[in-house]
Amino acid sequence: MKRELLKFLAFALFMLLLPLPFRGGYLVNVLIFVGINTMLAVALNLLLGYAGQISLGHAGFFGLGAYLSAILTTKYGWNPWAALPAGAAIVGCLAGLVGFPILKLKGHYLAMATLGLGIIIYIVFNETVDLTGGPSGLSGIPNLCLGSVCFDSDFKNYYLIWVFALLTVLFSLNLANSRVGRALRAIHDSEVAARVVGVNARILKVQIFALSAVICSLAGGLYAHTMTFIAPASFGFNFSVELLTMVVIGGLGSVYGPFLGAALLTLLPEILRGANDYDIVIYGALLVLMVMFMSGGLVRGIPDLYRKVLRLKGGVDHA
Amino acid sequence: MLEVSGISQVFGGVTALDRVSFPIRKGDITGVIGPNGAGKTTLFNIITGIYTQTAGKVALGGTDVSGLPPERLARLGMVRTFQNIELFGGMTVHENVMVGMHTKSSSGLLACALKMPWTIREERRIRDNCHKWMEFTGISDLAQVTAGNLPFGKGRLLEIARALAVEPQIILMDEPAAGLNNQETLALAQLIQKIRATGITVVLVEHDMELVMDICDKIVVLNLGKKLAEGTPREIQDNQEVIAAYLGEDE
Amino acid sequence: MQFDQIIQFSLSGLSTGAIYALIGIGFSIIYNATGIINFAQGEFVMVGGLLTLSCLELLHLPILAAVPCAVAASTLVGVLFERLAIRPLRNPTPINLVIITIGGSILMRGLAMLVWGKDTHGIASFSGDDPIVIAGATILPQHLWILGVTLLIISINKFYFYHTISGKAMRACAYNRRAASLVGIDVRRMVLFSFMISSAMGAAAGIIAAPLTMVAYDVGVMLGLKGFCAAIIGGMSSGIPTVIGGLLLGVLESLGAGLISSGYKDAIAFIILLLLLFLRPQGLFGKPESERV
Repeated sequence: MKRELLKFLAFALFMLLLPLPFRGGYLVNVLIFVGINTMLAVALNLLLGYAGQISLGHAGFFGLGAYLSAILTTKYGWNPWAALPAGAAIVGCLAGLVGFPILKLKGHYLAMATLGLGIIIYIVFNETVDLTGGPSGLSGIPNLCLGSVCFDSDFKNYYLIWVFALLTVLFSLNLANSRVGRALRAIHDSEVAARVVGVNARILKVQIFALSAVICSLAGGLYAHTMTFIAPASFGFNFSVELLTMVVIGGLGSVYGPFLGAALLTLLPEILRGANDYDIVIYGALLVLMVMFMSGGLVRGIPDLYRKVLRLKGGVDHA
Repeated sequence: MLEVSGISQVFGGVTALDRVSFPIRKGDITGVIGPNGAGKTTLFNIITGIYTQTAGKVALGGTDVSGLPPERLARLGMVRTFQNIELFGGMTVHENVMVGMHTKSSSGLLACALKMPWTIREERRIRDNCHKWMEFTGISDLAQVTAGNLPFGKGRLLEIARALAVEPQIILMDEPAAGLNNQETLALAQLIQKIRATGITVVLVEHDMELVMDICDKIVVLNLGKKLAEGTPREIQDNQEVIAAYLGEDE
Repeated sequence: MQFDQIIQFSLSGLSTGAIYALIGIGFSIIYNATGIINFAQGEFVMVGGLLTLSCLELLHLPILAAVPCAVAASTLVGVLFERLAIRPLRNPTPINLVIITIGGSILMRGLAMLVWGKDTHGIASFSGDDPIVIAGATILPQHLWILGVTLLIISINKFYFYHTISGKAMRACAYNRRAASLVGIDVRRMVLFSFMISSAMGAAAGIIAAPLTMVAYDVGVMLGLKGFCAAIIGGMSSGIPTVIGGLLLGVLESLGAGLISSGYKDAIAFIILLLLLFLRPQGLFGKPESERV
C-alpha cells in the first residue's frame, strides 16, 4: 500500500507542477478539461470497472450537476460553494431512487435503460427553457471565490479542478484495496457467489451508482462555474459514449486508467486539429479495436506491448 | 440445526420437489444423494435462498428462514459452495478469501473511500485472519495467484476457504467431489472431517458414493422429487428401494 | 381535443410505428439468434436511406432499381459488421459486446458523416405527394407505402421462419444454441444470417421512411432506441408482438406529441422504455424468465 501511495503522490506532484512553466494559455485550458474528464471517467470506472454495471447515461448526471448549480446561483442568488454540494446531494438522492429499479437490470437491458435515462434528462434540459435557457444555453454563471480570490483565469481554474480531480483519484485508489472495493469486484465476477458470502449486492450497487452520480454532479458544478456558460449539447448521448470510451481505453477497473483515457481522448482532437470530422470515426474504431486486442485497456496494454517488443528483440530462445 | 419441512417446488407444471422433509443435526456430516434429476440441486438452491419454494419451510436453529436471500442467510451462519465453482476470477486467492470475511467486517463505502483510521485497522485484521483459512485448506502457497488461473481442484479448495472465512455454523456443499481425481477426493474427505471437527455442520449433495458412505453420519436419499429414505450409511446401503432406484447408475 | 385530430395523429402514428416495428424485429432476430443486443441496428436504417439516396442521385437509378440495390449494399454492411466486429471477439462478455456494438455503430455513423456530410437529405416520395383522405384524416401515399411494405416484409418473415428449413434452423438456435449445433445446424452461419436479415430489414425501413423523415448521418441513434423499445414491448419476439409494440409506440408518441407537447415527443418513447424495463422487462407479451444456477 505504501508503494501505491508514493505512486499517487508522484502523480499528484506532477499534475500540480505541470502548468507552472506555461502560466496559462492553450495547454492549460485543455488540461482543465482533462481534469474534469478524469473526474467523470473515474466516477464511471467505479460503476463499470469495479462493479461491472454499464451506464450509458452518465453525461446526464454531469449535466444535472452543472445545471442545478448554475440555476441556484444565477436565478436564486445562492453562493456557489453552497450550490455545488446542494446540487450533488440532489443528484445523489435522484440516483439512489432511480438506482433501485434500474440496477435490477443486467447487461444490455441496463445499458439501454441508462441510455434512455440520459436522453430523457437531455430532453428536459432542452425543453425547460425558462429554467435552463433551452438549447441556447445558460450564461453568466458566477465563478467560485475563496475570500477575495476568485477562480476566473485558466491558471487558477486548473488548480481548482485538479485538486478535486486528484482527490477523486485518491478515493478510487483507497476503494480499490478496501473491503467495499473487493465486494464490488466480487459482484462483478460472480454476483451469486458474492451474495452467498454475505455481500448485499443490491444495496451496494445502488450505493456505488449514487456515489458515481455525485462525483459526476460535482464535476458538472465545477464545469459550470469555470466555463460560466453551459448548453445542453455538452451533456447528450455523444458525451456519455465519449466517457465510456475513456474508461474502456484507459483500462476498466484500474486506478490510473481513467486518467489515461481522459487524457488521450481530450488531447486527441487537439492533436488532430483540422481533422475535426474524423473524431467520431476514430472513437468508434478505437472502441472496437480496444475491445478486440487490448481488453485491459492502455494501462495493461502498454506494459504488455513493451514486454512483447522486448521478447521479440531478445530472439526466440524457448517455445 | 437445520429443519427442512414439506418443501415442494413446481416449475411451470413440472413438480421438481414434492413435500420433502428431513432434519439435519448439529455437528453432523449429512449427505443428500439420489439419481440424476432427483431434485437435489433444486433443494439446495431453495435451502440456500437462491430459489423460493412453492410450499414448505426451512428453519435454521429454530428460526424460519424460508425465502430469505443468500446475503441474509450468510449473516445467520449459513454458507454454500457451488458445483461449478464460482470464484472471483479477477482477484487473487487471498483477496477471494478476504471477501469471505465481508460479514465479519463493517467498513462502509464512504469510510473506505476516505480511508478512515478504523478501516485501516479492520483491513489489517481481515488480511491477517485469512491466512488461517488458507492454511486450513492448504492453499497458502497460492495466495497471490489470480483465482481465474487456478486448476480446478485448487479452485474447489479456495471456494471452501472462502466459505470458512464467513465463520458459518453450517456449510452446504454442492457436489464438492465433482471433477476431482481419487487423490483429491481423499484429501477432500479429510478436509470435510477437519471442518466438522471445528464444530461446523456439513451438508453435502454428492454422486461419489464412496465419499458419501465413508464420511457421512446420516444420508438422505431423494428420487424423482420425493424423499425416498433417510438413515445411517449402513441402513441406506441395505435399503432395497434405494438400490432399486439406483439400478443402472454407474457410481 | 377533437376526434378528427385523434384519428389524424393515430394514423400518422401508425406509419411511424410500422418503422419502429421493422427495426424492433431486426433487434429481436439478432438477439434471438445470438443473445446480442445490436446497438448498431439504427445505423442499418440510416445506411439504407443514405445508400438509396446515392443510388438515385449518383447512379441515377430509377426508384425500383435503387431500392433493391440499397438493400443489397446494406446487407453487405451487415455482413462486414458481423465478420469484423462480432465474430473475432475472443471474450464475448455482455460488457464487451455492448461496447463493441456501440463502437461499431459510432464507426458507421462517422463514416457516413464523412461520405455523405452532415446535411439532411430528402428523397422523392415513391408515388407523389397528393394527400388521400380517410375517415376525416389526411394521409400521404408514402404512408400507405410504409404500411404496405411493412406488411409484406412481416409476411415474408413469417414464411421464412416457419416454412423454410433455414428459418426453422434459426428459430432452433434462438431456443437452444447448444442443442441446435448438436443436431448439425451451423450456428455461426445462423449468426451471420441473422445479421444479414436484420440489416436488410433495417435498410428497408430506412428506405420507405426516407421520403417522410429525411435522411442524415445521425438519424440512427433515436430510431434504433425506439425500435428497441418496440422490441421490448413485444418481449423480443420477431413476430406480431413486436409489430404491435412498434405500432403502439408510434401511436402513443404521435398522440403525445400532438396533444401534449411536441418538444417532449422523443422523451415519451424513453419513458415507456424505462417503465417497461422497471416493471415488466419481458414486455407485454413475454413470459418472465427464471435463472438456473
